Amino acid sequence: MAKRDYISLLIFALLILCFPVFVQDNYILTVTIFAAINSLVALGLTILMGYAGQISLGQAGFYGIGAYISAILSLNFGLPVVFSMFLSVIVSALISILLAIPALRLKGHYLAVATLGFGEIIYVILNEWGPGGPSGFGDIPQFSFLGYTMSTLTEYFYLSWFFVGLCMIFSMNLINSMAGKALKSIHDSETASVCIGINVSKLKIKVFVLSAIFASLAGCIYAHFVTFLSPSTFSLHYSILVLMMVIIGGMRSLWGAVVGALIITFLPEALRGFKEYDILVYGIVLTLSLLFLRNGIVPLIEDLFRKKA
Amino acid sequence: MGDTEIELSVFLQFLFSGLTAGAVYALVGISLNIVYNSTSIINLAQGEFVVLGGLGMWYFLEHLQLPFFLSFLLTITVAALLGLLMERLTIRPLIKKANLLLMIMVTIAVSILLKGLLMFKFGKDPYAYAPFTEGEPINIFGAVISQQILWVIGITFSLILLLNLFFNKTLLGKAMRACSLDTKAARLMGINVSRIVMLSFVISAIIGAVAGIAITPITLMEYDKGAILTVKGFTAAILGGLGTSKGAVFGGFLLGILESLTAGYIHSGIKDAVALLLLLIVLFFKPAGIFGSKEVIKLRKL
Amino acid sequence: MILQMKNIHKSFGGIKSLSEVTINVAEGNIHSLIGPNGAGKTTLINIISGIETADEGEIYFKSVLINKKPPHERAKKGIGRTFQHIDVFGEMSVLENIMVGFYPKKEKSFIKYALNLPDVRKNKKEILEKSKEILNYINLYERRDILAKNLPVGEQRILEIGRALAIEPSLLLLDEPAAGLNMRETRELGKLITKLRDERGITIFLIEHDMDLIMKISDKITVLNFGRVIAEGNPLEIQKNDEVIKAYIGEEE
Repeated sequence: MAKRDYISLLIFALLILCFPVFVQDNYILTVTIFAAINSLVALGLTILMGYAGQISLGQAGFYGIGAYISAILSLNFGLPVVFSMFLSVIVSALISILLAIPALRLKGHYLAVATLGFGEIIYVILNEWGPGGPSGFGDIPQFSFLGYTMSTLTEYFYLSWFFVGLCMIFSMNLINSMAGKALKSIHDSETASVCIGINVSKLKIKVFVLSAIFASLAGCIYAHFVTFLSPSTFSLHYSILVLMMVIIGGMRSLWGAVVGALIITFLPEALRGFKEYDILVYGIVLTLSLLFLRNGIVPLIEDLFRKKA
Repeated sequence: MGDTEIELSVFLQFLFSGLTAGAVYALVGISLNIVYNSTSIINLAQGEFVVLGGLGMWYFLEHLQLPFFLSFLLTITVAALLGLLMERLTIRPLIKKANLLLMIMVTIAVSILLKGLLMFKFGKDPYAYAPFTEGEPINIFGAVISQQILWVIGITFSLILLLNLFFNKTLLGKAMRACSLDTKAARLMGINVSRIVMLSFVISAIIGAVAGIAITPITLMEYDKGAILTVKGFTAAILGGLGTSKGAVFGGFLLGILESLTAGYIHSGIKDAVALLLLLIVLFFKPAGIFGSKEVIKLRKL
Repeated sequence: MILQMKNIHKSFGGIKSLSEVTINVAEGNIHSLIGPNGAGKTTLINIISGIETADEGEIYFKSVLINKKPPHERAKKGIGRTFQHIDVFGEMSVLENIMVGFYPKKEKSFIKYALNLPDVRKNKKEILEKSKEILNYINLYERRDILAKNLPVGEQRILEIGRALAIEPSLLLLDEPAAGLNMRETRELGKLITKLRDERGITIFLIEHDMDLIMKISDKITVLNFGRVIAEGNPLEIQKNDEVIKAYIGEEE
């Protein structure tokens, strides 16, 4: 791992440790927990889009699968929460392989719409056949580990951001490794990559599965934090929000996923008095980002620092 | 009426409702094709123009109480202008980058923007206005077919005929077709490609709006119907073969009918899933569609 | 014969690009493919490397039929190539461009990379060393940290060759490696190609328009016109060949 990665992780760890000490407001803590959960989904999508150059408009699908399966396993089958989460992630990974094999043969628009279609099918399934149907269900067990059950906001804050940190370390290792270089090469030129022996389809599938694993893990945390699930959380709207997080934060920046998630998660709060404007603001922000802020916020800040130095 | 007669009338009822929805899907599919053919981009904001048509028509006809034809003209003018703005402000500056991912994102961004505008202006309620003609519904073998349904189907086929004439008989239309087959060659022959691109966005915006205007008296229109219409229109287009006009028509009606029959005979909740499953099946197994060819897919470049 | 192409046919939507093309490349040769533009040369190289498929015909590499093998497998078996329109990994450094060539043979699971296990770290170190060796060999070591897209054309072409060397090829397909190079660079390229053949035993199959280069370094030349082989022989024979002269002069008209 590069030196700046160590430094950024250190700063991150310090910020996370200190935050609940200085901020006690329940509301803000809750929103930051959601930001952490969204960061996970965004992180997976960042690697998929920014490094492997693939698009997915269906992350909400894996987010939902992760949440529902973990919830059902722990609530209806009485499995320990950690075990349910583990199984849920495995199942999501398997489903993502099934989707990836045919889908990743497609390019560009076709892939985008195929993943969109997948996400929508999951939504329909959850709506029709999920426990409680459109109204959802509750009483989902809270997160517990080695007999200890988490119940306070502070605990969930540390839990959710811990997972973000963990996945960030894995992601950094991956990006800095030879596999990360192979991903970059695919993004630059699939043809040239294939001609040096890289099995491009296999790599794309692996990254797709990775993004699904992150999304489903996020879903698990969501389920055991909120303890209530309904299909409307896992709609196309969410997939597009995640997309926005990745674009605004910076497609090629891992920390961009976190920054983008923080911005998008807090945006509705900033717009609280302007409910009728919110989609419009999203649209404007996204369009402007694409037109002018092509690389996202984090690379922009990095560039500014580099110019000063 | 005997049993078979009832069954027939029920079936016909579903069939016509399917044809009605299918007409909209076909029109969206055709619009997608027009833009795709001149730019190799799928305009994921296409569905919003349909919504715009319906809500806009309500605004002029019901809210401002303007006469029918004036409202119609104003609505499609607004749609055309927005299509033009979209092309000028977001597509034209970025298309030179030749980055497919970026273009997909941009059309998504515009669709969110349009949806946001519509929600801001009209809120989340459904809107409708009176059918084009008042009158008794028509009875076909026991199925009750409202006049508006006939309007929808009629308008759709008229539009298809008009477009056919345009693309095959007029110089401009032929220039657009040349553009779709080979952009470089078209440019070398003096065809102003960027004007063709602009025109394709304007035309598809108008077609979308017309579809919305026609369908709203039957299905009502809400601010967020755009996305699912885009998906279904795309399904129709690739079912028939992306880029082929008869493909979109065929795909649209096929999809509409399958959807309606599923909703009627199996379960209405999974109606949308029909389109989605069909979409995935076509994408995974025969992305060229029914009338398309494999080479067309490979040769497509930005 | 390290590479045998038998009766290759290829059409693109009605236009016959290659007809009855049969070429045998002897191991250890520098075998050149020349012909007027549009003769189908790049198509042939694409078919050999696997990114396009022939309509008819067979390709044998080291006596093994490779028609059904996907391009990445052919690369793993030892077929390397460069591209007519330069295709380096622009957003990666010169060093990374070489390193990534070593990835496929030592590929490990994502989990190992994510956990940064010791064997993954050792692997990367070895690859780093081997890549630096290649960079020294092709004289690009000083440029190792520069982004590939910022290199001048000549160095990009050399980099492409270096990247192909990372896969330890026994056959190197070079598609117009001298395009855009000045005379001095072309001479250096010629020396490098000959060095690769002499020092590393790599068979070279190259497409070129620079006749001086071709005549100087080739052991054998095949001439393609309108998708057909019209002549084959050593440089002297080809220079005197009437068909060849006609093909080229006809083009100048």
